[in-house]
Amino acid sequence: MYHLIVFLPLIGFLIAGLLGRLIGPRGSEIVTTSLLMVSAALSWVAFFQVGFGSGTTRIQIATWLASADLRVDWAFRIDTLTVVMLVVVNTVSSLVHLYSIGYMSEDPHRPRFFAYLSLFTFAMLMLVTADNLVQMFFGWEGVGLASYLLIGFWYQKPSANAAAMKAFIVNRVGDFGFALGIFLVFVLFGTVAFDGIFPKAGELVTQTFRFVGYEWNALTLTCLLLFMGAMGKSAQFLLHTWLPDAMEGPTPVSALIHAATMVTAGVFMVARLSPIFEYAPVALTVVVVIGATTAFFAATVGLVQNDIKRVIAYSTCSQLGYMFVAMGVGAYSAGIFHLFTHAFFKALLFLGAGSVIHAMHHEQDMRKMGGLRKYIPLTAAAMTIGNLALTGFPFFAGYFSKDAIIESAYASVAHGGFASSYAYVLLVVAACFTSFYSWRLYFMTFEGQPRWAGQGHDAHGHDAHGHDDHAAHGHDDHGHGHDHTPHESPWVMMIPLAVLALGAVAAGFVFKEAFIGHDYEHFWKAALFTGKDNHILHAMHEVPGWVVWSPFVAMVLGFLVALYMYVLRPDVPGKLAAANPALYQFLLNKWYFDEIYDFLFVKPAMWLGKFLWKKGDGFVIDGMGPDGISARVVDVTNRVVRLQTGFVYHYAFAMLIGVAGLVTWYLLARG
Amino acid sequence: MMNFGFGILTGLLVLPLVGAAFILVQRGDEAAVNSNARYAALAATVATFVLACVAWYQFDPANPGFQLVETHGWVSDAIKFKLGVDGFSFPFVVLTAFLMPFCILASWTSVEKRVREYMVAFLILETLMIGVFVALDLVLFYLFFEAGLIPMFLIIGIWGGKRRVYASYKFFLYTLLGSVLMLLALMAMYWNAGTTDIPTLLNHHFPSGMQPWLWLAFFASFAVKMPMWPVHTWLPDAHVEAPTAGSVILAAILLKMGGYGFIRFSIPMFPEASAMFAPLVFALSVIAIVYTSLVALMQEDIKKLIAYSSVAHMGFVTMGLFTLTPQGIQGAMFQMVSHGLVSGALFLCVGVVYDRMHTREISAYGGLVNRMPLYAVVFMVFTMANVGLPGTAGFVGEFLTLLGAFKANPWVAFIATSGVILSAAYALWLYRRVVFGEMVKPELMNITDLNRREIVILAPLVILTIWYGIAPGTILDAFAAPTEHLIKNYQAALTAAKTAMLALQ
Repeated sequence: MYHLIVFLPLIGFLIAGLLGRLIGPRGSEIVTTSLLMVSAALSWVAFFQVGFGSGTTRIQIATWLASADLRVDWAFRIDTLTVVMLVVVNTVSSLVHLYSIGYMSEDPHRPRFFAYLSLFTFAMLMLVTADNLVQMFFGWEGVGLASYLLIGFWYQKPSANAAAMKAFIVNRVGDFGFALGIFLVFVLFGTVAFDGIFPKAGELVTQTFRFVGYEWNALTLTCLLLFMGAMGKSAQFLLHTWLPDAMEGPTPVSALIHAATMVTAGVFMVARLSPIFEYAPVALTVVVVIGATTAFFAATVGLVQNDIKRVIAYSTCSQLGYMFVAMGVGAYSAGIFHLFTHAFFKALLFLGAGSVIHAMHHEQDMRKMGGLRKYIPLTAAAMTIGNLALTGFPFFAGYFSKDAIIESAYASVAHGGFASSYAYVLLVVAACFTSFYSWRLYFMTFEGQPRWAGQGHDAHGHDAHGHDDHAAHGHDDHGHGHDHTPHESPWVMMIPLAVLALGAVAAGFVFKEAFIGHDYEHFWKAALFTGKDNHILHAMHEVPGWVVWSPFVAMVLGFLVALYMYVLRPDVPGKLAAANPALYQFLLNKWYFDEIYDFLFVKPAMWLGKFLWKKGDGFVIDGMGPDGISARVVDVTNRVVRLQTGFVYHYAFAMLIGVAGLVTWYLLARG
Repeated sequence: MMNFGFGILTGLLVLPLVGAAFILVQRGDEAAVNSNARYAALAATVATFVLACVAWYQFDPANPGFQLVETHGWVSDAIKFKLGVDGFSFPFVVLTAFLMPFCILASWTSVEKRVREYMVAFLILETLMIGVFVALDLVLFYLFFEAGLIPMFLIIGIWGGKRRVYASYKFFLYTLLGSVLMLLALMAMYWNAGTTDIPTLLNHHFPSGMQPWLWLAFFASFAVKMPMWPVHTWLPDAHVEAPTAGSVILAAILLKMGGYGFIRFSIPMFPEASAMFAPLVFALSVIAIVYTSLVALMQEDIKKLIAYSSVAHMGFVTMGLFTLTPQGIQGAMFQMVSHGLVSGALFLCVGVVYDRMHTREISAYGGLVNRMPLYAVVFMVFTMANVGLPGTAGFVGEFLTLLGAFKANPWVAFIATSGVILSAAYALWLYRRVVFGEMVKPELMNITDLNRREIVILAPLVILTIWYGIAPGTILDAFAAPTEHLIKNYQAALTAAKTAMLALQ
């Protein structure tokens, strides 16, 4: 069964990818979508079998790499954590496949699109079923590739190409840490397979390892390096810059990859490696701080964005921060629970936004929307449900999972100290912001006066966000054949919305007991590891009443402010922005991270590349080497032999050799 | 069959020469001669590959020693014509034989002048390259190793681009310097050991005081061939000016001779010197990885960019070899084979568009995907293999060498791993500028997608690149036995040297 779950999407990819021209767009859609549906159905079967039955199983497929004591298998590790992820990935993926049939119906490259979607799903499944770190890395980079291809799906748009490259390269920065982490694990444990690593982690608590000039606690260093990978993939603070740009991809992609599944891979990784992280308290503290900072930072930026997808993107980034806080304080199950519920309501919000964009003929700027509820009431209802779930309205999905995280953050203050207090405060503030930007999005889109183009000027109006290039991706004929009134989306798009809405309503209270309640032990079994002193799940149920109420109050506050500013007094936001121009620009420009990175990394790398090329290779090495020798030959034949050359590049070459010598000495001494 | 008459390895050396002789005796109408030359070259290279497959069938990867050995009298009693292969050399023999038919096919229409001579040069080159990997006598090895330069020199100098004379001259000058030193070392080894038989030399203990000098002399030659920083600057020029097939051979096979030399001579014969100089190799390797990756980032010429990326990839090889860990060595050997496939394929990809547009300027392209979707897919696969994406052949070597380096020296691994970020940057940027985007340049408007010949050339490479990424065992396991053997002997030698040192004190 697990073979089918994982390999059906691969088969779908191969069929749509290789035979796409033969079977046409419709054939590709049907093949990939139905294979994914089968996979999703089987995943639910597996979920109930494993979650409420058997424990961990391992399924060997083949050997991948073997070199002396290193052995890497292609194998599945099936436990509760795996099946939770299987359900999330395959459910959302199959719904997104279905949705895309409607959303992409005018795109000429549909076989390619569906092939990519299935490829992504396959890579993601390899990631979550991995039995060792290297296979996880395979899935990890595989989803990165699929993400790269899908962000750049409309390859004629320069902005999409740039965003795709950025996503891949920033993720590579994280993978740099991940790879080093794998090497360190191998050096410490002598294996990369989870079965071999987990039982031995406890024995290495006091071991140290010398790395880049410092004596580290070995497990702390391992966890920090691996966490660097998680930060890249899950767009955490400092490595988050690619996620908002990734919205250049088609909206179903954003829903699947950049909201529900791939970006949660980092959270999954920490949960999977909980047997190591539990022995690395310093690393856990770092996770808490990074998570809380991200949750807060992304929420602040989300407050002022005008592109409907970017708001949701920052929201995703922020929610991932919540999950990491849960990981960091040891409430792994709460984090995974939030991952689970978040997948439903965030996919719902994205697909809802897609439905809005579809209705508006590919307009994404909320300033050009407004009053849409009358035209697309079902979408508006879906978005409302999504918002309620996201902001944690009582008894919706997010209410159970997000509040559990905030409570666990507070509960860990007792032994977590400053980091936990920091996290608790920022998370509550972020909850208020979340509520504000979510309802701001809703009000700007669905309520108030219509500001869209059908109200007077051309539907394909210009805007500052560069979405005036519909022609580039085959949507140019869209809209001209229709009237300009927004219209509700076709049923293939509405069914996924309905299913996800159901999940956003019910996923919380149905699975609460299993994930974080009384059935915890029975449900998770050995999939998540908690140390002897980790009582966070009990402690979080015993926090004071005001802590329990704090996220609710924050949520109501955010809602009221949004209501005031965008429904009752629509002139306030502009005035507020005008009154605080510096703050507004700071937030609007995303804390200037892109500019800073450009200045710190991109420009210097290019300058250095050019310098080394022209001066290093061209002037010094060639000057001294072949060109220099020929010049000498000419000298010798034409003039008197000179003992002293007096050529600059000879000294420069000596310098280069000196550099090499220095590095050699350094490696020798520090090795 | 092994000890009398001529064996299968001689067959591999002779077959291309037979093809070359056949082409040389062709007379008559030029078009007919050219056509015959092409088909004869193709037939000869395919036959060689088939023979290599037969040899593969007879080859036992579990055996760490030399196999298919054959000895014939030659210059003297000491210097014999001795051939044989082990797990380190045999994969390169197969790789050479495998790639040659593709090179002939890639030159099918793009080479128009002196077709006959071109094909002859390639066939002789094939013999010499295979000779390097099968020679079991130092003198024989040296002959093949150096003679290989001549056809390559001619291929660049005659069929190359505008600055071909400069490039071939530079190529020659660099390699010459190394050769002279190596020749001196060979003589020294002969005086010391009294034989040039490689299997005997592998068990010979060279005096500790002599090892560093011999090591450095070999290093001079191999480092140029690899090429290692800072003696790499001949490579970009040679690649840029060489015809497509020349670039393929250069990147896929000729560069591997340096790495093969390290594993065949430097490490097993001079273990103490290898241990002593390992930090130097590490330093040069990591500088190469970072330095040339940065340089590659800024290139304006497609071939030059790929050439610089080759230097960076070879940095992983030298780093891996001198970690003297099983993962490092096996990874380095694998990296050489996979780089042979991938970089060869990348140069073929460049050749495809060069044949159509006759320019290698990156800025002359853009938006090729609009008219060349198949080409875009193929190029994407090789680009991803070049950046070491797991699931492609490029990953395995990089991963294992870095793992070995981390064991040997975490600093080295730390710096070298940053290369994976840079490689993604330059490779994807290249892809974006050439393939993605809108097609706006009028001269590109009529460009055509891959034709049948090009599909036949590239499809097997795509399949192998992915296959060896998922199941690298077929190649990797061939290196396992000799690697184990090598490391055991290396450590024994070091221990012996240490004991000797202690005894002296």
